[in-house]
Amino acid sequence: MNRIVRRNQLSDNVVELVVASPVIARKRKPGQFIILRTHADKAERIPLTIADADSNAGTITLVFQVVGKSTAELSDLKEGDSIHDLAGPLGKPTHVENFGSVVCIGGGIGIAPLHPIAQAMKSAGNRVTSILGARTKNLLIMQEHMKKASDEVIVVTDDGSAGDQGFVTTALEKLISSGEKVDMVVAIGPSIMMKMVCKVTKQHDIRTVVSLNTIMVDGTGMCGCCRVSVDGTTQFVCVDGPEFDGHKVDFEEMMQRQSTYLDQEKKSYEIYKHGCGDNCTCNRK
Amino acid sequence: MTLTAAERMKIPRQNMREQPPAERVKNFKEVPFGYTEDEAVEEAKRCIACKAPQCMTGCPVEIDIPKFIQQIANRDFERAIETVKKTNLLPAVCGRVCPQETQCEIKCILGKKHKPVAIGNLERFIADYERNKLGAKIPQIASKSGRRVAVVGAGPAGLTVAGDLAKMGHSVTVFEALHRLGGVLMYGIPEFRLPKEILEFEAKFLEKLGVEFKVNAVIGMQYSLDELFEQGFEAIFLGTGAGLPYFMNIPGENFNGVYSANEYLTRSNLMGAYEFPKSDTPIAQSKNVAVVGGGNVAMDAARTAKRLGAENVYIIYRRSEQEMPARLAEVHHAKEEGIIFNILMNPTRFIGDKNGWLTKVECIKMELGEPDNSGRRRPVPVKGSEFMIDIDCAVIAIGNGPNPLVPRTTPDLETNKWGNIIANPETQKTSKKGVFAGGDIVLGAATVILAMGEGRRAAKAIDDYLKTGNW
Repeated sequence: MNRIVRRNQLSDNVVELVVASPVIARKRKPGQFIILRTHADKAERIPLTIADADSNAGTITLVFQVVGKSTAELSDLKEGDSIHDLAGPLGKPTHVENFGSVVCIGGGIGIAPLHPIAQAMKSAGNRVTSILGARTKNLLIMQEHMKKASDEVIVVTDDGSAGDQGFVTTALEKLISSGEKVDMVVAIGPSIMMKMVCKVTKQHDIRTVVSLNTIMVDGTGMCGCCRVSVDGTTQFVCVDGPEFDGHKVDFEEMMQRQSTYLDQEKKSYEIYKHGCGDNCTCNRK
Repeated sequence: MTLTAAERMKIPRQNMREQPPAERVKNFKEVPFGYTEDEAVEEAKRCIACKAPQCMTGCPVEIDIPKFIQQIANRDFERAIETVKKTNLLPAVCGRVCPQETQCEIKCILGKKHKPVAIGNLERFIADYERNKLGAKIPQIASKSGRRVAVVGAGPAGLTVAGDLAKMGHSVTVFEALHRLGGVLMYGIPEFRLPKEILEFEAKFLEKLGVEFKVNAVIGMQYSLDELFEQGFEAIFLGTGAGLPYFMNIPGENFNGVYSANEYLTRSNLMGAYEFPKSDTPIAQSKNVAVVGGGNVAMDAARTAKRLGAENVYIIYRRSEQEMPARLAEVHHAKEEGIIFNILMNPTRFIGDKNGWLTKVECIKMELGEPDNSGRRRPVPVKGSEFMIDIDCAVIAIGNGPNPLVPRTTPDLETNKWGNIIANPETQKTSKKGVFAGGDIVLGAATVILAMGEGRRAAKAIDDYLKTGNW
């Protein structure tokens, strides 16, 4: 179960896994996510949005960035290995219809969950313009996939090493001021990016959907760890989202909550990288 | 040697030895040690085998209590566990977490003049004896019926239905959304009250009866109920629990450090966060913790916080101690462990620092007014009595609503205004043909044993439905 059939290193610390999971491959819809655990003993539950699926082959594609112990362990798995626990699909699917012209904005690792949404928007008859952003060239992922899923792709990097130099918001402003009609924006990426995109689209009164990546434990509505304030009410990202009207999300609060365990996560990752195990008493621990 | 009733009544109720408070707050090991064989036999001898025993009427799963106690008194431990397991496949769980003092023991005739027979302790003893000394024996199973039943949720209700139906010869598959079995017994009840090893032993025992378990299976998302029927299941039992935490809807509730009890306990129990960084799931390392609520879940959260190293742990409860829904034993254990009880108080807002971390809770004093719908005196705020408590962690333990995943994806399943699935109280039948429901998803947040009682009823009704086809 959950065997890794293909593993690709997309950039220094971004990995793509194609995982055999026939039921999820068949059932998943754009916007949905899974929760996985890498091994039996004491592993944490990590949510990852499904980047692609092949219902004929019975596989789903997961793309993730190594940011801590659990993602490092996931990255260590090889083709033929199995992911110990895999549950899904979870969350509400993206609301897809023919809106007219949709701009899909992906930042860094956020391009992965954006991909199936762009695909679905295009098959629903929308004109899809994708704006892909990253800090630097080798962090840009899935460009070819996104080209296939879009009518037009605009690439920007913070340092100008690929595409135009600038942020996704710069590209969006430029697109809007060029007179292009934008009926809807879908933005997925770092919280600060989504917040800034929403600031721009609000000025132009463009409906904007964001996909939130809050901390989760069970992912089925049971714990409330992933809660966010949307339009002044508390919503659970796992069962009420992960997508919300970006103009109504309290990003400040969300970003604060995302930082809850930074110190502990760092410590856990340090111990893992050091590799001398749980009983290590050396100073680095 | 037979004892007279008078002699039996002279035997004092046997206390279970337990870890001393100062020691146990430093570990997550179980608090009571359980009876020795001699202690159990001595306690069992206290039962006077009265002519019209009432204890059984208090048991939602109708254990033949006088019989198994008699068997323990006769040191016939093997038969005693058979007696218990005839109607209860989770005796080690029930012996630990059932509120016997309001169910079976309250009916014990000895309780009129003396202390009632310690039925719960004896149930626990005999279950532990079997696990440690005998190994679980497979009970008689009816011949295979070839009928397939899906059970959604591996909590107390679901496990009970699965065990009963398996014994009746049906093929049962249990779908569990999480990666471990037990539902609230796994994620909610701490190790120091119910060791997970014991829970898994009892859950896994069902596999020996032929029950198939599928973990990581989120019904409603992975399969709809109609898809389960298409796969050949002829009946479905929904035991999806009260898994949606209520918050207070007061300002500051989303500051870092504010948890639902479900989250706090899930991190610690299911994910083993108390062993972080040995386990990968972190939990707040707090100095001053306020737990809001007065039920067993609140006690569990408070005692967990203490064991995680908090210096001051407060229970904040808006009524008086008399109205607290927690078991007396839990309140007693919590007090022994130094939990501070702030009763007749209610939080009005949380206060945080500029980085979004919780620093204080503002509370208002309460007084008791006229009785409300629950028959308890309604707590009324005392105007202008607000005050602050310094805290860096708060756990909201004021109850849970029903998990929405199945009702939301099953439009033809009727729910009440709170989202609980409506089920016939005698048959557990829902509005959808072939679908039964029980436990907290029907009752709202109740107890383990009530959920098991609903499971037993549902199993009988499902068996009947499979045989007759009558809906």
